[in-house]
Amino acid sequence: MIPLITGAEITFWIAGPLAVLGGIGLIAFRKAVYAALSMAFTMVNLAVLYASLDAMFLTFVQIIVYTGAIMMLFLFVLMLVGVDTPDSLVETLRGQRVAATLAGIGIAGLIVFGIGGALTGVKPVGLEAANATYGGNINGLSALIFGRYVFAFEFTSALLIVAAVGAMILGQRARTRRKPTQKDLAKARMKAYGEQGVHPGSLPNSGVLARHNSIATPGLLPDGTISKQSVSETLAARGVIVDAPAMSKATAELFGSIESTMAEEGEE
Amino acid sequence: MITLETIAATGVFSVAWLMIAIPGLMAGLLLISGKFFDRSGHWMAVAASSTSFLLAAWMFVQMLTADPEHRAVSVPLFTWIDSGTWSVSAGLQIDQLSIVFALLITGVGSLIHLYSVGYMAHDVRRRRFFAYLNLFVAAMLLLVLADNYLVLFVGWEGVGLASYLLIGFWQHKPSAAAAAKKAFVMNRVGDLGLTMAVMSMLALFGSSSFEAVNAGAAELSPGWATAIGLFLLLGAAGKSAQVPLQGWLLDAMEGPTPVSALIHAATMVTAGVYLVVRSHEVFEMSAAASTAVVIVGAVTLLAGAWIGTSKDDIKKVLAGSTMSQIGYMMLAAGIGPAGYAFAIFHLLTHGFFKANMFLGAGSVMHAMNDDVDMRHYGALSKVMRVTFYTFAMGYLAIIGFPFFAGYFSKDHIIEAAFEHSLWAGLAALIGAGITAFYMTRLMLMTFFGEKRWREGVHPHESPKVMTVPLIILAVFSVIGGALMNAWIQDWLEPATGGHVTEISLVPNLIGWITMAVVAAGVTIAWFVFGGKRTIPDVAPATRNPFTVMGRNELFGNTVNDVLVVQPTMMAASGLVVADTKGLDGGANGLVTVFNGLSNQVRKLQNGQVRTYALTMALGAVAVGVVMILSQLG
Amino acid sequence: MTPEYYVYLATILFALGTVGVMVRRNALVAFMSVELMLNAANLAMVAFSQARGGLDGQVATFFVMVVAAAEVVIGLSIIIVIYRTRRSTSMDAASLLKL
Repeated sequence: MIPLITGAEITFWIAGPLAVLGGIGLIAFRKAVYAALSMAFTMVNLAVLYASLDAMFLTFVQIIVYTGAIMMLFLFVLMLVGVDTPDSLVETLRGQRVAATLAGIGIAGLIVFGIGGALTGVKPVGLEAANATYGGNINGLSALIFGRYVFAFEFTSALLIVAAVGAMILGQRARTRRKPTQKDLAKARMKAYGEQGVHPGSLPNSGVLARHNSIATPGLLPDGTISKQSVSETLAARGVIVDAPAMSKATAELFGSIESTMAEEGEE
Repeated sequence: MITLETIAATGVFSVAWLMIAIPGLMAGLLLISGKFFDRSGHWMAVAASSTSFLLAAWMFVQMLTADPEHRAVSVPLFTWIDSGTWSVSAGLQIDQLSIVFALLITGVGSLIHLYSVGYMAHDVRRRRFFAYLNLFVAAMLLLVLADNYLVLFVGWEGVGLASYLLIGFWQHKPSAAAAAKKAFVMNRVGDLGLTMAVMSMLALFGSSSFEAVNAGAAELSPGWATAIGLFLLLGAAGKSAQVPLQGWLLDAMEGPTPVSALIHAATMVTAGVYLVVRSHEVFEMSAAASTAVVIVGAVTLLAGAWIGTSKDDIKKVLAGSTMSQIGYMMLAAGIGPAGYAFAIFHLLTHGFFKANMFLGAGSVMHAMNDDVDMRHYGALSKVMRVTFYTFAMGYLAIIGFPFFAGYFSKDHIIEAAFEHSLWAGLAALIGAGITAFYMTRLMLMTFFGEKRWREGVHPHESPKVMTVPLIILAVFSVIGGALMNAWIQDWLEPATGGHVTEISLVPNLIGWITMAVVAAGVTIAWFVFGGKRTIPDVAPATRNPFTVMGRNELFGNTVNDVLVVQPTMMAASGLVVADTKGLDGGANGLVTVFNGLSNQVRKLQNGQVRTYALTMALGAVAVGVVMILSQLG
Repeated sequence: MTPEYYVYLATILFALGTVGVMVRRNALVAFMSVELMLNAANLAMVAFSQARGGLDGQVATFFVMVVAAAEVVIGLSIIIVIYRTRRSTSMDAASLLKL
């Protein structure tokens, strides 16, 4: 008799190994970013498995909250602390890897031995009946969350607020000196001008020409020369500065040709 | 046998406790009053002691006038210990035996208090001295007036304390402090015996009262009777400086001379004799114990006399003499009913003449700038007339010159000793001869011959306050024996159960022999030290083993040193080694082991979070394995 | 489809997470391994929910996700604070839990 193969089984045998692959990637990749991406991959696969287990709400929560929010938070922090610092491959603690592997196998063996045996041949009931009670998976979950588990739910909200406040407090740097006022800043500026000749005022704006108003356009001084202070040094170093006198030269030529043409017409 | 019947206390007897309380409270008052009584304290102490004496005398008169059956009085005070199966009630028993002791203690004590007023006049700590003296009088009265052994023991320890404090009174002298400690420690050995005796009595009779013990003694098994007897003898030997616990008495002469006279001659050291006589019912049940008492007495009387012949320190000669005389008393007390009365008789006469001579010696020392070496004396009979004559009375009394006090009491003992056994009699007889020899030597070296005074010493007679007690004691040294000779046996009979021996003033054969031996001793001493013979300024070196042994107190200290001190020191050193090597080593070794283990275990605590995670994971695995295995099992 | 296989899969993922915590020195990766362990537990609960025909397992999973979110927020804040002071996210560097 040909065994009945359901869609759930096919999903399991595809998504399950992929999830394991992602898990192996998590602990094997040297670069933290790759590890984080494998983790995200595993989570997406888990979402697929949730779907095959008739847990549609959790499927999307898994993708949105875990993959979308939590893993992205991890990636942000990774960027904050430096992406390009791969783990050294040298293990500093003697025997740590062997012992860790043995411990992992031991835990897996214990769970398989202790729980797995009890589940062999269990015929799953399925969630059709449960989902149908309130007219759908989400309806059923919300009936539970806002009914039987409403207090737990409210406590989680408190937990989240505390976590948010805690994160703020942890992330905040304490100010070690008084915040400088405008007066202090003005004094400092004048002091710098008096001692080192630093220009006290604001720097000149970039130039505004008919065809260009980008910050790469230097401003013109009254004598027609350009002000080097009006463009960023970085842009100057890159050599992307628009040549303002050259632009004005074309205009001047145009005006010149117009004037000469009008003069010729007048002579005629 | 006549047993002691006591009657309830009436009249003056109902306040008999005042005899003890007055000097006791006075001692406390003088000790805590500070400088307040510095100027008057000594007279207050004399007054306290005298008041006790007047009370004792009043009671004595009351007892004399009562008929013999109604003389002994018991004065119950309070229930001291009540512990179910046995109880001890503190009370006083004033009978024929204790009243003569009370008279001796308060009488001689008051005289010595008076004497001390002169003797200690220039001591800055005089008030304290008199407080101690009063404390001693109170404790000694408690000892002799108690109606049971436990209260007696309190007084026994009290006199030990007073003795310790007074021997070490000049505590700035290391020798005095050491002597006080020695006396205290050696007395502890004796006290152990007394403690064990009291405990045995409590265990056997359920009571420690004299009445119960005397009544129950007849039913004692011979073993227990001997045991209690020997325990009591040990206690008596410790307090009375009998062999083998004699070593402390000679050193105790470091104390002020009135102390030597009162405590270490007249009263405290005779407490052992009192104890034996008081416990006569027990000793009568055990021939072995009484024989032991006789042996101890005989050995001590010879040993003390021997020491007396060889010492140059006047107080140590008298101390050896005291040992010897107490040996006589012990001997008499051990003989049995025939001897008890004689023991007490000799105790009383000895109390008079020895106190007299000690005070006389104190007077001489006072004159010689506290020099105690008889080789520095000589020819003092001319300058110290009163001291000389009173001392001579004491001398005649102690050697047993006819019709002086010692003649009666000592001759009776010698006679009783010959009745007991030949060897005891011979020991007593020889002792009498040696006594005559060393006392004559003392007299000749001190009062006759050439002046051998140190430079700057100007002997003079002591003040009246010191000579008056000397005179009174000298009078009693002369007449005390004749006064009590015919009376003491009848008087003490109810208390001691002694049978009356016929006493005549005419000496019998033993009396004549004794007189001959005494005369021989005096004559030999005269030929050695008398006349114009020069006395060497320092003790001549000699190889004569008798002299060497005598000068070294028969090597008693060496014996103690070898038998007790050295083994104790070695045991202590051994214990120190065992402690440092064994106990400390074990403790330190244990510490080292755990220290090493901790250092190893500490390496697990390396601060690495991942190691902790690993440990947790392994722990979880282990817990899971155990749970699963327990499920399987 | 019996829940057996889902439990085996969850076990494998959990063991991988455990090993990750113990082996990786980067605190962030170790933290992610913890998340993997949580996910493995979630998977098992969802599978049990389906096998038993009740939605409580899914509710529990939902709560685990909420708690995990809070935990991640705090955990990452702590990592950042440590990074600020020690300029490192290595777990070995923060070995102060010893004498």
